[in-house]
Amino acid sequence: MLSAEEWGIVVLSLKVGGVAVLATLPIAFALAWVLARYRFPGRLLVDGLVHLPLVLPPVVTGWLLLIAFGPLGPAGRWLESWFGVSVMFRWTGAALAAAIMALPLMVRAMRLSIEGIDRRYEGAARTLGAGRWHAFRTISLPLALPGVLAALVLGFARSIGEFGATITFVSNIPGETRTLPLAIYSALQVPGAEAMATRLALFSVALSLAALILSEWLVRRTHAGRVRHGD
Amino acid sequence: MAIEIDVAKRLGDRTIAAAFTAGPGLTALFGPSGAGKTSLLNMVAGLLRPDRGHIRIGERTLFGAGIDLPPEARRIGYVFQDGRLFPHRRVRANLLYGHDLAAPAERWMSLDEAAAFLGIAHLLDRWPRSLSGGEAQRVAIGRALLRGPEILLMDEPLSSLDAARRGGIMAVIERIRDELALPILYVSHDRAEVDRLATQVVAIGE
Repeated sequence: MLSAEEWGIVVLSLKVGGVAVLATLPIAFALAWVLARYRFPGRLLVDGLVHLPLVLPPVVTGWLLLIAFGPLGPAGRWLESWFGVSVMFRWTGAALAAAIMALPLMVRAMRLSIEGIDRRYEGAARTLGAGRWHAFRTISLPLALPGVLAALVLGFARSIGEFGATITFVSNIPGETRTLPLAIYSALQVPGAEAMATRLALFSVALSLAALILSEWLVRRTHAGRVRHGD
Repeated sequence: MAIEIDVAKRLGDRTIAAAFTAGPGLTALFGPSGAGKTSLLNMVAGLLRPDRGHIRIGERTLFGAGIDLPPEARRIGYVFQDGRLFPHRRVRANLLYGHDLAAPAERWMSLDEAAAFLGIAHLLDRWPRSLSGGEAQRVAIGRALLRGPEILLMDEPLSSLDAARRGGIMAVIERIRDELALPILYVSHDRAEVDRLATQVVAIGE
């Protein structure tokens, strides 16, 4: 089983991954919605920027975050002067890096699901007395739910596995920014820590597998009710 | 209650234009496919904006003279060609969707009355996906009636049904026309259907 130190690493990873996806979810949904539904100048640019972390070397993403959120960076100075906080070398910074890396996957999953919604259902809801917002809440959002759940799980799995951007941006500090992949990497650098690396690696495999099974189950459950009386 | 329609709309390279007054009973909008009959219903429902003209129900202006009511404020029941039941809600929740949103004073039918009227009481706990075409169309009609509409729009509600089920739905439409005395705008390209149901026929796209 895992030692206390290893459990600490697992808990930190879950915290970083959980905060990253939950904080990203509304932003990712809004982006997915806008990209799926609207044609506007600059749409390709927004699409490109969202997808950039998917193709950029993670180290470059980490370095860009470092420039933006460092003590002299625009975002870093703003956070410091308004809230007196810094994400540098903090677990919040690791969550930020994970969120940026998970964003493209989450947007893609939700966008596909939003594009799959038959918009005529919204029209039907409007003729039944629903305003735009009510139609969105009661029709569009529930119909997009399988995509939202898939995005959550995919994003979470991606966040837990984040390495390059994290180590570049917030370094590899035990108890603060040393998540599972960073801990495995560190263990492999130290003679005699192979057993720890193995345990953490196996745990990663189990975690990822559980996430995939969970997402599959959630998506099936969402659909199951609708065909229960199927004939 | 008279429904006064005089609208024009350019869609792509064709212009859809119609001007008529529909009285009580069932007014059939009759014409070939692609004549713009469905677009006309969508304009009345508020799902499509005319380029010019006006739409009035009695004294109430839905469109024109600077007014353009959103669909939810028009008090119109719309039965779509494909039923268009919400797939993630059971029959009961589909039926009550508009009913729950309507002001109590607007409602003139209860869930039980609608279920009995349409013979769908045994379907309330089913999912739309499990309904036959005829059952789905009855539920779609019930959903539109329970919204408390002043007029009913029907877009070829029989076109996806086989001959055996058409008779049943036609009888329902006749009872809406006669017993409920609800004005109906009815789109069709089927002569026999129009002959049987229509109080008044308006030719579209000729």
